[in-house]
Amino acid sequence: MHVRLEPQGRQLTIAGRRRVGDLVRSLGLVTGTVMVIRGDDLLTDDDMVEDDEAIELRAVISGGAR
Amino acid sequence: MKCKRCAAKATVQLRSHNTAFCKECFVFFFQRNVERSIERERMFTREEPVLVAVSGGKDSLALWDTLVTLGYRTEGLYLGLGIGAYSAASQRKAEAYAAARDLPLRIMRLEEEGDGLAIPEAAFFTRRQPCAACGTFKRHHFDRAALDGGFAVLATGHNLDDEAARLLGNVLHWQLPYLAKQHPVLTPTHPKFVRKVRPLYRTSEYESATYAFLRGIDYVVEECPNSHGATQLVYKDLLNRLEETMPGSKLAFVSDFLRHAHPLFAGAPDSPAGECARCGMPAFAELCGYCRLVAEIERRRSQAVAHS
Repeated sequence: MHVRLEPQGRQLTIAGRRRVGDLVRSLGLVTGTVMVIRGDDLLTDDDMVEDDEAIELRAVISGGAR
Repeated sequence: MKCKRCAAKATVQLRSHNTAFCKECFVFFFQRNVERSIERERMFTREEPVLVAVSGGKDSLALWDTLVTLGYRTEGLYLGLGIGAYSAASQRKAEAYAAARDLPLRIMRLEEEGDGLAIPEAAFFTRRQPCAACGTFKRHHFDRAALDGGFAVLATGHNLDDEAARLLGNVLHWQLPYLAKQHPVLTPTHPKFVRKVRPLYRTSEYESATYAFLRGIDYVVEECPNSHGATQLVYKDLLNRLEETMPGSKLAFVSDFLRHAHPLFAGAPDSPAGECARCGMPAFAELCGYCRLVAEIERRRSQAVAHS
């Protein structure tokens, strides 16, 4: 599957079919800090992403003063 | 996973609430939560004009969208910070949102308020972190615009994660005056100030991003380039790791603070004694913090020009 990480703009290719929650954790991300987007839809932790699909992981954390 | 309200397939999972929703039910849930926060804290009524500070980001646009949908009287205010491509993109998003929905939006740009007042120049001339000048400029221009526009209320898009991170920082350093001021409603301490409210204080960043996405709001996904390494982001990361293990921790931290601890810190409000000799806004000294900063920038800029 093709995974695009935003706002970094990084592209990853991951082999095989994955459950969303497992995929997010395998990338070292904390659940609840990214939206998992497939087309116009959001996915939940128990949704499956197939090998030939493309998804976007969009960070939701913003702001921050020094 | 099924929607808790209608049993359709869920697209949004909220572990902090131990629930999940389909698109339509999540939008309803989000808007109802914001409305309840407004009513619980008596932030404003549907008769009062509300100035909404919009940055082009997910939180402020989600807030504006919700207030408009709920029938509140709003007008947007965008303050351009002069941070290169980031500010240009932010302004485009805010303008596009307002134009598509025929909503009134005021545009102010720091670089048009005076030479050297854009955030990068202000940071350069004062030799301080950009965020220091940014906060001072925002407070002044938001206060000024609300006063000049005759608004009763200024609403900002600070969310639960912002409030939890701020609370953690204030508790770690026992910042008592800041703990006293940490509340979703700041009542005016001077006739020239308006009420300041944070209707998203019980709404997580994930929820506001999800709401913006599901409502088709095109917001700035990129982060402010000055936020890299920001202390608040370290606190947010810590809190999110805690939240992953113990869902609901952020909401409990903030809401329990407000319910049990805030009254212990809240003393007599710190009222500005007079008005600034330069701009006329409330001030604790001869000049307000904004005018002191502008004067410093002007002085250092003049020195730089004289030495060039």
